[in-house]
Amino acid sequence: MNITLHVWRQKDANDPGAMEVYTAKDVSADSSFLEMLDMVNEDLAQKGIDPIHFDHDCREGICGMCSLVINGVPHGPQAATTACQLHMRSFKDGDAIYIEPFRARAFPVLKDTIVDRTAFDRIMQAGGFISVNTGGAPDANAIPIPKTAADKAMDAAACIGCGACVAACKNGSAMLFVGAKVTQFANLPQGQSEKAARAKAMVAQMDLEGFGNCSNYSECEAVCPKEIKVEVIARMNREFLGATVKSSS
Amino acid sequence: MSSTPTTSPAQSPSSATFISASIGKKVLMAFSGIVALSFVVGHMLGNLQIFLGQERLNAYGESLQSLGAGLWVIRISLLLFFALHIWMGVKLKAENLKARPVRYKFNETVKASISSRTMIWSGTTILAFFVYHILHFTARTTDPRFLQLPLDMAGNYDIYSMIILGFENPVNAAVYIIAVGLLCTHISHGIYSMFQSLGLTSPSCNKTLHRFAHAVALILFLGFSAVPVGVITGALKLPKNPPSNNHLQSAQSLEPISIESGGES
Amino acid sequence: MSSITLDSKVPSGPLAEKWDKHRFDMKLVNPANKRKYTVIVVGSGLAGGAAAASLAELGYNVKCFCFQDSPRRAHSIAAQGGINAAKNYQNDGDSVFRLFYDTIKGGDFRSREANVYRLAQVSVNIIDQCVAQGVPFAREYGGLLDNRSFGGAQVSRTFYARGQTGQQLLLGAYSALSRQIGLGNVEMYPRTEMLDLVLIDGHAKGIVVRDLITGEISSHAGDAVALGTGGYGRVFYLSTNAMGCNVTAAYRAHKRGALFANPCYTQIHPTCIPVAGEHQSKLTLMSESLRNDGRVWAPKKKGDNRPANQIPEDERDYYLERKYPSFGNLAPRDISSRSAKEACDDGRGVGEFGRGVYLDFSDAINRLGKNLIKERYGNLFDMYERITAENPYEVPMRIYPASHYTMGGLWVDYNLMSNLPGLHVIGEANFSDHGANRLGASALMQGLADGYFVLPYTIADYLARVGAQNISTDRQEFKDAEQQAREKTQKLLSINGSRTAESFHRELGHIVWENCGMARNETGLKKALQMIPELREQFWRDLKVAGVENSLNQSLESAGRVADFMEFAELLCQDALHREESCGGHFREEYQTDEGEAVRNDDKFTYVAAWEHTGYGKTAELHKEKLEFENVKLATRSYK
Ligand SMILES: Cc1cc2nc3c(=O)[nH]c(=O)nc-3n(C[C@H](O)[C@H](O)[C@H](O)COP(=O)(O)OP(=O)(O)OC[C@H]3O[C@@H](n4cnc5c(N)ncnc54)[C@H](O)[C@@H]3O)c2cc1C
Ligand code: HEM
Ligand code: FES
Repeated sequence: MNITLHVWRQKDANDPGAMEVYTAKDVSADSSFLEMLDMVNEDLAQKGIDPIHFDHDCREGICGMCSLVINGVPHGPQAATTACQLHMRSFKDGDAIYIEPFRARAFPVLKDTIVDRTAFDRIMQAGGFISVNTGGAPDANAIPIPKTAADKAMDAAACIGCGACVAACKNGSAMLFVGAKVTQFANLPQGQSEKAARAKAMVAQMDLEGFGNCSNYSECEAVCPKEIKVEVIARMNREFLGATVKSSS
Repeated sequence: MSSTPTTSPAQSPSSATFISASIGKKVLMAFSGIVALSFVVGHMLGNLQIFLGQERLNAYGESLQSLGAGLWVIRISLLLFFALHIWMGVKLKAENLKARPVRYKFNETVKASISSRTMIWSGTTILAFFVYHILHFTARTTDPRFLQLPLDMAGNYDIYSMIILGFENPVNAAVYIIAVGLLCTHISHGIYSMFQSLGLTSPSCNKTLHRFAHAVALILFLGFSAVPVGVITGALKLPKNPPSNNHLQSAQSLEPISIESGGES
Repeated sequence: MSSITLDSKVPSGPLAEKWDKHRFDMKLVNPANKRKYTVIVVGSGLAGGAAAASLAELGYNVKCFCFQDSPRRAHSIAAQGGINAAKNYQNDGDSVFRLFYDTIKGGDFRSREANVYRLAQVSVNIIDQCVAQGVPFAREYGGLLDNRSFGGAQVSRTFYARGQTGQQLLLGAYSALSRQIGLGNVEMYPRTEMLDLVLIDGHAKGIVVRDLITGEISSHAGDAVALGTGGYGRVFYLSTNAMGCNVTAAYRAHKRGALFANPCYTQIHPTCIPVAGEHQSKLTLMSESLRNDGRVWAPKKKGDNRPANQIPEDERDYYLERKYPSFGNLAPRDISSRSAKEACDDGRGVGEFGRGVYLDFSDAINRLGKNLIKERYGNLFDMYERITAENPYEVPMRIYPASHYTMGGLWVDYNLMSNLPGLHVIGEANFSDHGANRLGASALMQGLADGYFVLPYTIADYLARVGAQNISTDRQEFKDAEQQAREKTQKLLSINGSRTAESFHRELGHIVWENCGMARNETGLKKALQMIPELREQFWRDLKVAGVENSLNQSLESAGRVADFMEFAELLCQDALHREESCGGHFREEYQTDEGEAVRNDDKFTYVAAWEHTGYGKTAELHKEKLEFENVKLATRSYK
């Protein structure tokens, strides 16, 4: 099939950037979306044009590196699927596809569709951990954890940190990402002692990074490739409120 | 292997930062929303007494009036909560716009409901309508007839007739119904949001909560619009009593009623 | 050059006491002095991430580097199946010794006993550590940890977190690392690629890196360097590795004098989704656990291109069940992979390109019901359907082996230090504890063992011996290395030929896969050894790299990595040619029984082949570390 691509091109962080139009010819329906871009890039490189830059690594939907907004939707039209797992059979011959970077103040564009997501790392550094040093941990079975709690923790822990939630949110909010981590630890006995401090510290850092607030659009949930639910945001709110009440009493 | 002391996450910010915290603002939004919501519910229940007759409604109005200073306490605190709600709402909106400075060329929405995306606009419209509504029925500055209504049989201000006179004008009724509709979309997303902001949802009850929010909004909408619809359809009519058919003329001979003694509508 | 003597530094004494004794014998760094040392950790995967966090907790200054935008994205994240540990929670007879034995045997008796025993010993601590960090392992209803049997093991010792074990373990290590970054004990450098190792007086004291955003090349100095840069499976181009996985860091260290051990030990995973066309950029692994319920078969007739469902039962060859009645579909990876290749070479492969066999669930679905199968493998089935647009509940999956893991790597001693003092190598990047073949769920174990529980002790021994040196990057050695890196970069950009690095990589991968893949022979290897230098020469003549030096430039990144693969591929084939035996992942067609089983040559090849770089395009020099087996008897691996 032949596809017309409208792609955001931006040389570097300071370049204003603009949409450019390219054509992808003879695309196999079996190729992945990123492989289609590989083909276009091979073509551009032949012509001496700097290829379209896009982040990617594992290409199997787990590293969270790929970060394209395809026709206005982070990771594209297929639910629960990262851009790298999206296949061209989701499109048809003659389609026009818009490819843009994740947009949020906290995710500045570095080049083309590549954005800087280190804000997520800084949120994690503020409190996304259980403070245990290596060694000295008690036997893994010393504290039984009910299966339901472990499952809930795992549901939240499935987050791949891609940032699609931020990109989809009309407020550029990172609540789904932060909520997922807070929820994971809040469900585990190991996470209890730092529960309050963690919620406050992570939220404070999140705000500092310039992410927006949650207006409960649920766009984040709709695009999350790992189907993290917005209830993790409620859980974070509860933890945050609890922490505030506790520290002021 | 643990020679460095265990450190816990960055020290919790003081509660002074609560308002500046994203979630803090949302919590205030939710609390003020609850207050506004309870006012709205109370108001609807009050309004619906119109169907129990003139006497009942006017007596209800009078009972509110009799609160005296208490009424002012309620009004002012309501006003403060509204102010808080608006202040936070505008602040949130401003921050949210800032957080997403560049828009997508290809704009798409996957899931967000229209009501969720228009909170600031439904809110602002409601606000504008409130001002008009208060001028209309509470301050009664928009319709000279209201100031000339005779007292009812029990000697109370005749809210009943005022409402009917107000809504006999189809434009008034339509504006009212539209505004109430917007209020209810605001509320349909607001109630769900409120639970979410306060951390009171869970995966198991999420669907139910959405349904509940929509149901409340719908009930409020029906409850509020019942009154103008009743008037327009003639289900609610001006009282035959006081005797004069041409009550307006008889009203003219009465002394104007001061605003302070006005009823709650 | 050949003055190198390989001292494995394995402590004396009984196997079970070696590690304890060694820990006692090693020098310690005084807690108050740890601040004076800087350790450079390259890599933030299970090995690098765990090491960086643990070293920082101990009080060292740590600088950690990765090429992704966040340490959380190292390719460890992609591991699905699980992690082994000799916990014996299932009371099914597991023990440290059994895990040790299984690993030695699985590795076809080509690994170092003492290292493997230590690995089995610390495996139990890993699970404790991870649970304490909040890793949500699967649990039973009683609240205790669940286990499964994996990769043909006879005991259930594999811990898992749904199909995302690697992710959860890595996020655990990443959280520990994040905490140390937040505390200021680790300086993290994401989107930074190591381009060279810097030696000062023969000791590894720093690295040269390129900032992948600005393109700036600079140096970092430290008292020791640890490489946890992962495996080189992308030498085959198509593999289950991430697109960025590379041999660059390890190979540049090799060029600086570090010996590369056993490069020919590569693991081909039997259950991957077959190649779908020329456009293919990587292959996707389908968890091995599928073989617990799926039956592998190929048509009996050559060129039978009827749809699977129309091939009658008696025209199907369930070749694993036929050839290995006791292990059947659960035969080890190398054996299953090779059998699939044989069937396809025999003209009985399925799918568009004839490179695939069926993994059929119809029996299991009939026996257990679709729901149970869905419960067990639902997400894998979904993934398969997403990629192939075929529904595996209705038609059998098509699978084919793909490059997955590399047992070879930089040579290290018992302390995980290479022959270059100060250079430590951990995780998949070292030549590892897996011998010639790795058991399923043991790489995660090894990465974390190295990072959490071995390196933090053993590096102290080195540091205490040499003392803090506070080396400055102003030294000439750094300037020279930076200059060389810059020149190389400029050279790549200036060729301005007609082919992209990707296209060269694809061609290289094809050569290596065809001649040094699942089965190797002298003719093929010699052919490859002739073709690779030719291709490399063409690469340096006809490469085209778009973009500029001082900018984010993915073409340039790729070109640099491919350049190293071009050289490394030759080493790989050379090692494969020299090892005239079949063992584990290294199958030489000349050395097999009449039934096609691998034949080891213990008399001649019970050693680690560690290669020394002798110059660009020159044949590397072989050094041997003899493997001594005092606690196990060398036996023929049999899974019949
Ligand atoms: C699809 C798949 C499934 C697997 N499943 C399992 C399983 O179920 N069980 C199991 O035990 N094992 C499994 N493995 C193997 C296992 O995941 C890996 O062997 C292991 O995670 C490697 O960890 P590592 O820390 O050594 O390297 P990696 O996790 O690959 O980390 C490498 C790090 O080095 C950095 N790096 C690399 N080169 C450079 C450079 N030049 N400059 C700077 N930084 C650099 C990278 O950024 C990264 O941070 C699987 C592997 C794959 C590919
Ligand atoms: C009777 C009138 C009103 C009621 C019952 C009401 C109720 C609510 C409720 C319950 C919420 C949800 C709070 C939360 O997310 O936790 C909400 C949100 C909101 N309200 Fe109102 N509100 C009213 C009037 C207004 C007015 C006058 C404005 C004017 C600006 C306004 C602006 C907003 C905005 C912007 C939000 C969304 C904030 C966000 O999530 O980003 N509301 N309202
Ligand atoms: S590239 Fe790893 S998730 Fe898409």
